[in-house]
Amino acid sequence: MSLFNVFNVSGTALNAETIRLNTTASNLANAESVNGDVTKIYRARHPVFQSMMDTGAPFGDQDASVGVRVLGVVESKAAPLMRYQPENPLANKDGYVFTSNVNSIEEMTNMISANRSFATNIEAINTARDLLLKTISMGH
Amino acid sequence: MFDNIFGIHEKALLLHGQRLGVLATNLANADTPNYKARDIDFGEVLAHTGGESIPLKVTQAAHITPADGELPGGDLKYRNPYQASLDGNTVEMPVEQAAFSENNVRYQASLTFINLKIAELQLAIAGQ
Repeated sequence: MSLFNVFNVSGTALNAETIRLNTTASNLANAESVNGDVTKIYRARHPVFQSMMDTGAPFGDQDASVGVRVLGVVESKAAPLMRYQPENPLANKDGYVFTSNVNSIEEMTNMISANRSFATNIEAINTARDLLLKTISMGH
Repeated sequence: MFDNIFGIHEKALLLHGQRLGVLATNLANADTPNYKARDIDFGEVLAHTGGESIPLKVTQAAHITPADGELPGGDLKYRNPYQASLDGNTVEMPVEQAAFSENNVRYQASLTFINLKIAELQLAIAGQ
């Protein structure tokens, strides 16, 4: 019964969106982290989504439903901001600290998008559950 | 007599169930780069299953006829996006959500028809 497949597929999406929300939370939390060493700064992390597509099988097969997985988490290559803060204990010998390269606006929009996707998948699961329950009670 | 009590709704229910899975897949991959949204051409597939089932033509011994109740295989069609996205993803949320709720209603409609048919038969059997 392919209706049960919805739980698997949407479940993988919920998982992926959760990871996305987690990285966003991590990025926002570290938006103001500084370091005197440019190689040690916090860099914004973003998950890379990939669909778990095996073959282009005809839809009679279960392969028609493909979930999503997080292929990996990549770090942003954006340039960090350099601030002159000689009083900062982390400052380098010239008195500069490097901020993380997190773009807060980007993270906020990312969070909204992840939130929406999460809600949509929850809705899909609820719909599938309702339909299954109605199908089970067929003829009553 | 009872071979085809539920008519087209039996097949329609199966097909709507499959379509629900396909649409849920689209929704799940809404943020996946390069994912192409897919859908079942409902009318086309149902045309092959509706009413009297048309047997597949067997021209060679190696040909396999589908088992009874099995839907004819067909390729999923790729959706043409209204607006191309930069990451190669063709899932458009409003389109998918609309298709999803439409499919939901159609599934429930088929289910209702089947339920009414069952009630009708029970009435006929009980005779009161």
